[in-house]
Amino acid sequence: MSTQKIVNDFAISIATVNGSGSQTANSTLLRAFFKMGIPASGKNLFPSNIQGLPTWYLIRVSKDGFTARKDVSEIGVAINPATFMQDLQAVPPGGAFFYADDIRLPIGRSDISLYPMPVKAISREADIPANLKEYVANMVYVGVLAHMLGIPESVIHESVSYQFKGKEKATEVNMIVVRAAMQWAAENLTKTDPFAVEPMDKTKGLLMTDGNTAAALGAIYGGLQFAAWYPITPSSSLAETLNQYLPKLRKTADGKNTYAVLQAEDELAAIGMAIGAGWAGLRSMTATAGPGLSLMTEYAGLAYFAEVPVVVWDIQRSGPSTGLPTRTAQGDLTMVNFLSHGDTQHVILLPGDPKECFEFGWQAFDLAERLQAPIFVLSDLDLGMNQWMSKPFEYPNRPMDRGKVLWEEDLEKLNGIWARYKDVDGDGIPYRTVPGNLHPAAAWFARGAGHDETSRYSEDPQVWESNLLRIKKKYETAKQYLPAPVIDESGQEIGLIAYGSVTPAVEEARVLLASQSGVRTDFLRLRALPCTQEVHDFVQRHQRLYFVEANRDGQLRQLASIAMPGEAHKFRSACHTDGLPLTARWVANTILAQEEK
Amino acid sequence: MTTPASPAQVNSIGLTKTDYRGLPSTLCPGCGHNSIANQIIAACYEMGLLPEKVVKFSGIGCSSKSPAYFLNRSFGFNGVHGRMPSLATGARFADTSLEFIGVSGDGDTASIGMGQFKHVVRRNAAMLYIVENNGVYGLTKGQFSATAEVGLALKHQGTNPYMPVDICMEALVSNATFVARSFAGDSKQVRELIKAGVAHNGIAVLDIISPCVTFNNEENSFHSYTWSKDHTEPLHEIAFVPKLKEIEFDDPFEEGEVREVTMHDGSVVILKKLEKDYDPTDRWQALRVMEEAQRKNWLITGLIYYEQGRPSLTDLYNLPEKPLNRFTEAELRPAPETLDSLNALFT
Ligand SMILES: Cc1ncc(C[n+]2csc(CCOP(=O)(O)OP(=O)(O)O)c2C)c(N)n1
Ligand code: SF4
Ligand SMILES: [Mg+2]
Repeated sequence: MSTQKIVNDFAISIATVNGSGSQTANSTLLRAFFKMGIPASGKNLFPSNIQGLPTWYLIRVSKDGFTARKDVSEIGVAINPATFMQDLQAVPPGGAFFYADDIRLPIGRSDISLYPMPVKAISREADIPANLKEYVANMVYVGVLAHMLGIPESVIHESVSYQFKGKEKATEVNMIVVRAAMQWAAENLTKTDPFAVEPMDKTKGLLMTDGNTAAALGAIYGGLQFAAWYPITPSSSLAETLNQYLPKLRKTADGKNTYAVLQAEDELAAIGMAIGAGWAGLRSMTATAGPGLSLMTEYAGLAYFAEVPVVVWDIQRSGPSTGLPTRTAQGDLTMVNFLSHGDTQHVILLPGDPKECFEFGWQAFDLAERLQAPIFVLSDLDLGMNQWMSKPFEYPNRPMDRGKVLWEEDLEKLNGIWARYKDVDGDGIPYRTVPGNLHPAAAWFARGAGHDETSRYSEDPQVWESNLLRIKKKYETAKQYLPAPVIDESGQEIGLIAYGSVTPAVEEARVLLASQSGVRTDFLRLRALPCTQEVHDFVQRHQRLYFVEANRDGQLRQLASIAMPGEAHKFRSACHTDGLPLTARWVANTILAQEEK
Repeated sequence: MTTPASPAQVNSIGLTKTDYRGLPSTLCPGCGHNSIANQIIAACYEMGLLPEKVVKFSGIGCSSKSPAYFLNRSFGFNGVHGRMPSLATGARFADTSLEFIGVSGDGDTASIGMGQFKHVVRRNAAMLYIVENNGVYGLTKGQFSATAEVGLALKHQGTNPYMPVDICMEALVSNATFVARSFAGDSKQVRELIKAGVAHNGIAVLDIISPCVTFNNEENSFHSYTWSKDHTEPLHEIAFVPKLKEIEFDDPFEEGEVREVTMHDGSVVILKKLEKDYDPTDRWQALRVMEEAQRKNWLITGLIYYEQGRPSLTDLYNLPEKPLNRFTEAELRPAPETLDSLNALFT
């Protein structure tokens, strides 16, 4: 059917049933490509359900290193009868369709390569314990695809072994099915599609992991001492990863824990606990998603106003309300920016890949303690839970910044004379003491109510306003400590601005725009809020700025308009939210359409 | 041992009572909350607690303001309405050698904060949790709280149609390890229960009927002075003996009528039993006397329930001796080599 071979450049969409154990099979395939040195990414489109609803896994391999979701998957794998017709129709002409041969539905397509697979028969006949057959049936499509695409058996073996953390027995049970399927495919299928893989060396030295794992590890290397959390998709795996690695990494010589992780009764309590611990001098955090963040609102305002260091990770999902719990979005930005009643503006970190999740994992504590403020880190389901290629995690390149904390000997030197909310250094950041400090002048009374420099209750109009203004000054001070934006610029008229998980789609869209439409763009990837001078300068240098984001209202553009009102007439939005990661094609088309107007 | 300290008098650690005072109260004169603050001062003084070793917590309400009015030399955190328990829970991990005293109101605990209250109790976080219970929302000017009795009529509020929450009962069914009730007007009992609660290694719930003289002092309300004075039924008389002190009695206890309860730090609460067979370590009994009191319209006061030996929250976390908040970078950041092997896990 096809003429030209298409090597290392296609996407696979695997349709299975949630809870059927397909995760191992899908991860095996993804890591096999990665281990072959081919750039790859994997995105799980799963339902908010434990068992029974349809789920899709998207794998993209790209010799050019593009990892964003693709609009179409050239290869379809259909194991779920419920979505079979939909999956069949989704395959573009010239594509390939692998399906379980027990699904007996009319195919009616001659423009694609069709490969029925005896999934049930192969797993039934495999020489493995009967009770395991159901769990490993999905390895049939792994074997068939491996043969048809040209993934060596040894790579699949390595990859399966990775999934089972080197456990030989489990690996072998799965490999029996893989080998049977490979052999069956060799004997029974004739390749008529053009898709193939060949080894490359483009993943050398890279990791493949998810942002939540990276964030948890970063927090551990940041000296996390206390975490409180309440389960919610897509943030739970962050806290669970803390529980997984803390015992290995954070014991004293005599086997004691230098940390505590507590599953709270709800997010109201999780943030309260984290703030209590932060106030008492611990590096403290919580992780949540939109609904939990809504509940944390009042306490976030207290931390802001009483000036308590705490780190809050928001792994965004589609909202408002319960929304789409298992789908991705960047819809919390505006809310987080102002989280709380009254005049409030928060410092926000915006990691763009797992390596940065690690980095901001430890940096967030330094910032929180330096600024004596809650620090919010915005990730999302796509970055947090999907598999991304990433540069290795780098060991923190500077000592911990514990901020302005006075202990007994410091107070001794000051003859006990200090005031909790006094701006001694002119940067808006006062000094603090923490409980357990036994100096007789150490204690102070923290409160969310109006207070003067000595932390005493005050309703004095001037005291109130000057305190609020001092706290605002910290927001300015913050700028010098924030991660700088990443700028790729060559003097174009058009500037793109984006953050977080949409980055791969933006980067690929830039290539598409330039190569297919001759539209050249510069790109600023924002890594923190408030916007620093570099962002202002970038905006100033461009005629038109497109804010690319996965939400309805163009929230980053909204915030930028507030920060740079004089430039707002140049701002345009490329925003979109359907629960799925943005695609490069959509980004390019959206920008093009506005350019042509 | 209960005679008020003259300026010259010092306690076992050489501090005067003034060292335990707070700022002048801004609550209404005659408010029960003021009496309780005074008893906290007296109790901490008599126990010889170092004020710097005590941390105060509260939510929002008139009651929750009162931590500013005692122990000026102690750290304090006045949090958000109903959510003092979570603040204290998090702070507990920073330095387990500190004593925590939380002050809440009936609105703060039994309405908006019921969830956090039950959970801090169930986790057995080491803290004395005082509820200054007046049956109304004082600070928002006299609305009914969840502990107001059914049928109570207040001038501007009408008649309360709902059944009340019994804070001691709630604590007990949530597996509290120390449940006590007192009445703000009974300063000696309040003081002794405060001491016992501070000494307890776990959650010590102390529900103190604390009349609001401004909004709920109707004669027919059991949160009023008059009603409480006439209807309290002490379970036992209590004397608290700090571990550092010789046991002294104001008047001798009769043999056979005395039960000693040893706190985690070795100090002893001595209960003088009124009810012959009352045993504060018997949960079933405790439920029974509370149920009975409700029916008979009594207020049971005293140490209603006490469980010894259950680990407190932080005992479950295998924490080091040294306070966690004094750990330094060298002790908290894993060595560089460890990251190499972690990176290798994901290739
Ligand atoms: C979230 C929130 N809702 C409402 C209030 C208003 N509020 C302040 S104090 C209070 C009730 C306090 O009652 P209680 O705890 O019984 O204390 P009291 O004043 O009676 O001592 C209320 C409802 C608040 N501060 N925060
Ligand atoms: S209003 Fe009531 S509770 Fe509040 S201070 Fe006055 S008497 Fe006390
Ligand atoms: Mg009240």
